[in-house]
Amino acid sequence: MKFMYQTWWKVLAVLLVLTTIIAGFLIQVPRLPIVHETIRNTFFHVPMWMAMFIVFIISVVYSIKYLRSADPKHDLIAVECVNVGVFFFVLGLITGMIWARNTWGEYWSNDPKQNSAAIAFLLYCAYLVLRNAIDEEQKRARISAIYNIFAFPVMIVLIMVLPRMTDSLHPGNGGNPAFSKITDNNVRMILYVGFIAWSLMAVWIATLRYRIRLIEYKQNSLD
Amino acid sequence: MMKKLFSLIVLLLSFTAVFAQNGADIEMADTLRSSGKIYVVVATLAIIFVGLAIYLFSIDKRLKKIENEK
Repeated sequence: MKFMYQTWWKVLAVLLVLTTIIAGFLIQVPRLPIVHETIRNTFFHVPMWMAMFIVFIISVVYSIKYLRSADPKHDLIAVECVNVGVFFFVLGLITGMIWARNTWGEYWSNDPKQNSAAIAFLLYCAYLVLRNAIDEEQKRARISAIYNIFAFPVMIVLIMVLPRMTDSLHPGNGGNPAFSKITDNNVRMILYVGFIAWSLMAVWIATLRYRIRLIEYKQNSLD
Repeated sequence: MMKKLFSLIVLLLSFTAVFAQNGADIEMADTLRSSGKIYVVVATLAIIFVGLAIYLFSIDKRLKKIENEK
């Protein structure tokens, strides 16, 4: 928990994002048909999803912790992580749609990965709706923790597994060449830096939201 | 021997020429890059991001203050 209040990893996050912005625009990228210069979107669109995965994983961990401890703090961490995850989810969907318009011809071409990402999005919206539907605090925390634990593997299957088993326009899915086949090491390195950078950014925003929420919670329980 | 080596070098060079041709066919933003104007875009984005980061840090600081008051 002390980690949350430390500064070094926040500075690191900012420096790493700056690295991806500067290197992402300036490095040599492979000359590929169809994507052309938009291959640089890889450095910004894909890390949105990685950031989302990381905060959703943290959320599940704290949901499990909540079921074991019944500590309301754990529930607050879980819900704020989902809030931030949904935000990055939306960013991933929108940036993906803009990119798709330029490379696949349409914002939404009913690509399996697009469709299942939309379903997974609704799954997490349902989590937030479910929370608001239950008034009693402990019951709400317990039921939403259980829902969260079940929603996570479904989301993984929807986004990571199912699109790979059919023909998707995304690289590495169906008959398409894997991402590693069409890009070079430079592109991948910047992408991995972006993964770490944006994941840390997402965690940072989640901790800020949690700390505000905790103050609100303490105030409400005093009244 | 010299002849063989020479033909090998010619072959290799022709291969690189073909390779370059292959890439040059594909349209990239080469002008933007060669004119150096891309640096303007990168600088703008970097400044916007640093500004947002400073904003986040200030929220962090204010939160710390409130947390310590309690």
